[in-house]
Amino acid sequence: MRDHITTLTDIALPSLVLNSPLMDNSDLDRLLSVGVDAHCRERSGSFVQVDHQVLHAGAAEPGLEVLSTPEALKRYDWLKDYWWQIVPAGKDEFTKYAQDHTHNGYFIRALPGAKINYPLQACLYLAREGLTQCVHNIVIVEEGAELNIITGCASGTKAKSGAHIGISEFYVRKGAKLNFTMIHSWAEDVEVRPRTGTVVEEGGTFISNYICTHPVRLLQMYPVSYLRGEGAVARYQSILVAPPGSKMDVGSRVVLDAPATKSEIITRTVTTGGKIISRGHPVGQVPGVKAHLECRGLMLAPQGLIHAIPELEARAEGVELSHEAAVGKIAHEEIEYLMARGLSEEDAVSTIVRGFLNVDIPGLPPALRDEIDRAVSATREQGA
Amino acid sequence: MLVLENFNVTLDGKHILHNINLTIKAGETHVLFGPNGHGKSTLLNAIMGLPRYRVSGRCCFKGQDITSLSVDERARLGIGLMFQRPPTIRGLSLRNILKICARNDIDIDTLASQLKLRTFLERDVNDGFSGGELKRSELLQLLTQQPDLALIDEPESGVDLENIGLIGSALNLLLEKEKPRYQGSDCQLKHSRHKAGLIITHTGHILNFVEADVGHVLYEGRLACTGHPREILAFIQQKGYSECVRCLV
Ligand SMILES: Nc1ncnc2c1ncn2[C@@H]1O[C@H](COP(=O)(O)OP(=O)(O)OP(=O)(O)O)[C@@H](O)[C@H]1O
Ligand SMILES: [Mg+2]
Repeated sequence: MRDHITTLTDIALPSLVLNSPLMDNSDLDRLLSVGVDAHCRERSGSFVQVDHQVLHAGAAEPGLEVLSTPEALKRYDWLKDYWWQIVPAGKDEFTKYAQDHTHNGYFIRALPGAKINYPLQACLYLAREGLTQCVHNIVIVEEGAELNIITGCASGTKAKSGAHIGISEFYVRKGAKLNFTMIHSWAEDVEVRPRTGTVVEEGGTFISNYICTHPVRLLQMYPVSYLRGEGAVARYQSILVAPPGSKMDVGSRVVLDAPATKSEIITRTVTTGGKIISRGHPVGQVPGVKAHLECRGLMLAPQGLIHAIPELEARAEGVELSHEAAVGKIAHEEIEYLMARGLSEEDAVSTIVRGFLNVDIPGLPPALRDEIDRAVSATREQGA
Repeated sequence: MLVLENFNVTLDGKHILHNINLTIKAGETHVLFGPNGHGKSTLLNAIMGLPRYRVSGRCCFKGQDITSLSVDERARLGIGLMFQRPPTIRGLSLRNILKICARNDIDIDTLASQLKLRTFLERDVNDGFSGGELKRSELLQLLTQQPDLALIDEPESGVDLENIGLIGSALNLLLEKEKPRYQGSDCQLKHSRHKAGLIITHTGHILNFVEADVGHVLYEGRLACTGHPREILAFIQQKGYSECVRCLV
């Protein structure tokens, strides 16, 4: 497997990807659609895994390490102490399955104080029909470091069915900052179960952006952050668009376990016929911590379903938790208003949907803006 | 520019406007008085073509019967509406809705400054705007849209004494009040005022800033008296609506 891992100097991903017998041009297009830059331009590093196999892992900026997890475990003896620490191995049948069936995954580490300029891109790709891809990822952002990761997970045109189980454990050290953007693009018969846990230490910040606007048979995840150090912050922003036949059960949980910790969970869901269960759950463990939960849902088709399940849990005095939830269809007043300004009904609806999905994600790559635009046009076709 | 003949409007099965006959010529500004709930907004919304209003009779704009046209088609023909209760659209900034409105190349920033809305441009349209700010935001949108017929629903309600001047100058700009009225000679036609307006007002305050040509009273869904705007206003102020419309019966 090792000889497939290329070094950093040849960073032309297309040839790399196309050399793989599993991949062709359509796969390359799929990769690009989830935010992967083919030439790693303006990227601090890249990691590409197809099915069980790592095609590329490398860093382009000092202070950054990108390896496959088996490589990293060989290199760093201490890494085993990070293994299954945030996500318990016995959590559910999928984590148990993952214990014996894991092939690779990424190890990404920003060294103490390293402010990594460009985003790092990581891609987990499902190419072979019927495969279960199982990965274990570790990210460590050491004290005072800053890192921005864009991960794209997708299935290829030949993989109509399959499964993806991703175990991810993120460590955000004292004063460090991790901005993690994940884009999913699966297929009608793929089941996806990420299991992600994050620990944020004193003064650290974890920002998670998640976008899934493509069909998927089942997407089920409930990532959790533990704010263990004073002043730690976690922010989750998720955009889900469920086409007919898709089921997405997605939530974010934050355990505020130290003084002055803060959290914000923002979710925008749109159904064009699929089912969405949108969860959120901040847990305030110590006095004075604050969290806000916001879930808004838009029904664009009569047969869709949006079930918002916000939970607030205060376990100490003076915990401040709030939530806002609203689910409904587009108000006809809004459509008429834009029509009175000259937009056709269709354009008015698209404009409102685009506005609805327009959560402010700083540093969102242009590819992603395009992806949201594409989703808006798709909702237009599906809604019609 | 606008001709209504035997215009009737029903809303959710309730017959609200009865046999309205109204003609507004190019360059004219009309004002509409009338008690709360008697159908003034309904008239404007129905001319704009908002779908919930069922109409019968004729509604002609620029010589064309527009009864079967949709809201956006009417907007593109040159009708603009200042909403009494504009909705908030999340994620759509005021700047972006102005771009939607804009017919021509328009300097959005300059216009916004004139209406003291420069700092509002990046905010979601109407989100948390105060009563007076909403009015200015509506007028700013119409100014970029440049309709030939502006339907203005209560421009001054909720606006403080200072800002009402601002609203007044915006309306004057919108209605080309700087241009002379067309007096009949052909050579004048090109330079004369073309834009028309229909303005709803309760207090008539706006008449101190905007010159109007014709006034109407809408009473119980019917157009009662029509005449000089200031005279009608003076009469209503002295005697009240019920006396005012006696001339009708
Ligand atoms: N959906 C509806 N179903 C039935 N009646 C309605 C509906 N919407 C409005 N109305 C009624 O239509 C009538 C006319 O309303 P409209 O808004 O045109 O009044 P208005 O003259 O503009 O009043 P105001 O001065 O208070 O703005 C009112 O009695 C109102 O309650
Ligand atoms: Mg009204």
